[in-house]
Amino acid sequence: MTQIPLERKVLNENDRIAGELRARFAHHGILCLNLVSSPGAGKTSLLERTLEAFAPTQRVAVLTGDIQTDNDAVRLARFGFPARQITTGGTCHLDARMIEKAIADWNLADLNVLLIENVGNLVCPSSYDLGEAAKIVVLSVTEGEDKPLKYPAMFFRSELLILNKIDLLPYVPFSMAKARENAQKVHPGMEIIEVSCLTGEGLPKWQGWIDNKIASSIKALAAT
Amino acid sequence: MHEFAIASSVLDAVRTEAQLRPGMRVSKIGVRLGDLAGLDPDALSFCFEALTKETDLESVVLEIERKPLRQRCSRCANEFVVVNYETSCPECGEVLTVFLGGDELELAYLELEDV
Repeated sequence: MTQIPLERKVLNENDRIAGELRARFAHHGILCLNLVSSPGAGKTSLLERTLEAFAPTQRVAVLTGDIQTDNDAVRLARFGFPARQITTGGTCHLDARMIEKAIADWNLADLNVLLIENVGNLVCPSSYDLGEAAKIVVLSVTEGEDKPLKYPAMFFRSELLILNKIDLLPYVPFSMAKARENAQKVHPGMEIIEVSCLTGEGLPKWQGWIDNKIASSIKALAAT
Repeated sequence: MHEFAIASSVLDAVRTEAQLRPGMRVSKIGVRLGDLAGLDPDALSFCFEALTKETDLESVVLEIERKPLRQRCSRCANEFVVVNYETSCPECGEVLTVFLGGDELELAYLELEDV
């Protein structure tokens, strides 16, 4: 019997492609964000409000993943920015190769922001690096405040938590303090922004967060 | 539920390594799985068995080594294993602690036998 050490990641092929994508994004000064949440937490609504707020001069593109239908791409294309649907046909997450394929005919020099809406799922997308600068997890107040504890991997790997649908707080038994505490438990120091895509409350803060990130991408490009 | 995709990736690695070593048969693959990897070990084993059943790799054993979540305190530098996602420092109570390990999803080793 011979034992040989392998010592590599199971998803090293995905990570390799994600690394290539990250390098390409950096080369063009593109900020890539990967939005994750459970189904129905409001990723598409958040993207709609985000695209609406971008100046038409911003060079933004959107990729949206779903198991079936191109409904989200149709919703997002209304804002005049390129939006493409990735239909996974059953797969519960996006992987780096799907992103590589989806952007194959896009000229990256024309972009400075790429927003990826992952498949609605708080488990599987946490394992797959898509070459993004940051994962952003969206949690709505109609879900339990214990979601961060139930799905720790996703909250641990996400840089920012968007607490969405805060306009519904008067009607649901959701403790904002508890939700924040649980998020900090699994991800000490996690950034949190409370928003309502319906009333627009909190959205300027989110837009400010993106603007800061865009500025750092451009700064990083200038430094190279 | 992406354990099937992960089990396939593990099997791909087994096949690749086996091809590099003619005259040897893979008997075991060791995988390191962190608590934060977002994978259920039982489901992973189940998928691995389902994928190898009635194939030339049916006899390959998947051994999963669990890795707990570990943090280091940013104040007193205490290193500790996190229980129930209680990431505050058990020594001094500091809330801000830094991730050390526990998100592993790694191929650790391969065991081979002469045919």
